[in-house]
Amino acid sequence: MKYKDYYSVLGIAHTASEAEIKSAYRKLARKYHPDVSKERNAEERFKDIAEAYQTLKDPEKRAAYDQLGKQQPGEEFKPPPDWQQRYSDTRFSFDDIDLADLFAGLRGGGTHRVHAPMAGQDYEAVVHLTLEQAFHGTQVNVDLSMSEYDAQGVMHRVPQVFNARIPKGVTDGQRMRVPGKGGAGLNGGRAGDLYLTIALHPHPLFRVSGHDLYLDLPLAPWEAALGTSIEVPTPAGQVRLKVPAATHAGQQLRLPKRGLPKPHSGAGDLYAMVQIVVPSELTDKERSLFTQLAEDSRFNPRGHFNSGGVK
Amino acid sequence: MKAILTEMLWLDEHNTITLSELAELSGLSADDIKDLIDYGVIVPIEEDRSPATFNANYVITAKTAHRLRNDFELDARGVALAMTLIERVQELEAQLRALSAKLPGGSNGI
Repeated sequence: MKYKDYYSVLGIAHTASEAEIKSAYRKLARKYHPDVSKERNAEERFKDIAEAYQTLKDPEKRAAYDQLGKQQPGEEFKPPPDWQQRYSDTRFSFDDIDLADLFAGLRGGGTHRVHAPMAGQDYEAVVHLTLEQAFHGTQVNVDLSMSEYDAQGVMHRVPQVFNARIPKGVTDGQRMRVPGKGGAGLNGGRAGDLYLTIALHPHPLFRVSGHDLYLDLPLAPWEAALGTSIEVPTPAGQVRLKVPAATHAGQQLRLPKRGLPKPHSGAGDLYAMVQIVVPSELTDKERSLFTQLAEDSRFNPRGHFNSGGVK
Repeated sequence: MKAILTEMLWLDEHNTITLSELAELSGLSADDIKDLIDYGVIVPIEEDRSPATFNANYVITAKTAHRLRNDFELDARGVALAMTLIERVQELEAQLRALSAKLPGGSNGI
């Protein structure tokens, strides 16, 4: 078992009063709680903070923790020989648990152990998918570290790998529940659930908004002016798109149902966002054609500058 | 051995759950959930129908409310206020993502 310095996690002295412990926790919770924080690694930081507070706020657990002696954080250690009989009802194998499991199993001040059914712990995992995986549906591995009790009631940390079949229809931020795949229930309680959050990797071509996709569509000036028919990529493969004459930069050409499939029926749309681009270097021929166009055209793209901004 | 997860439930508006399921899954009591309904944080599918049913995505709302209540030692009003603000932030983030998807140039880094 690895030692964690709960006092330094909360940034307090070993002599801190209960009020100081509470106040340190409150400040850190406001800063790192994953539901309200935008700090990097907020989730991991808060887990440590909550773990430290759960133990130190309870005078009996705090005394038990202090009895472990001061070790180097991260150092492997075992509690003193008589420690377990003094503080714990549950038996532990100290090798594959962490400190949080140990203290969660302790009696704690004033409460006595009840044998009422208790639901198992819920677990959460983020599933990272490519756009293509979300489009087609996929199977991915989900890694979790779960606490389990063996037949003797001894708790272990067990790495678990699930193979999750992600159906077609998910998009970024989609939440799913996998019933009964969390921690086992205690005293006949139901098993906990596994909650998955889908996170899509950024795609080099498509930007995602719900089930709609956005694609930059660069056009040459003559394509935009004259109209054309071009091949554009979609997650399902190339499709032919008709660009009408006099297409402007910033216009959105909508390809209905070419976005991500929706969960139950239908699909989002794909929007091709028109950009007008010009060659970085002109050939002599191109230069002379553009020059001729500039001389002959009466088009004034900035006419509205002189009419009070009205186009 | 690898367990294969096949039973995936969508937490979206296509699935509905009852008040007691919502309580069981979130760890809140039915009274806590009724408080959240009073404050408008959780909205039943049909206001006057009994027993009330809810969109399954409220499981996440109720779990978040439970977590905030415990971790910040909040009362019902505090939870409702925090949830209202979180919902507002989420709406704004969704708008921001939708807008940045429309901006030309590269990925929107979701």
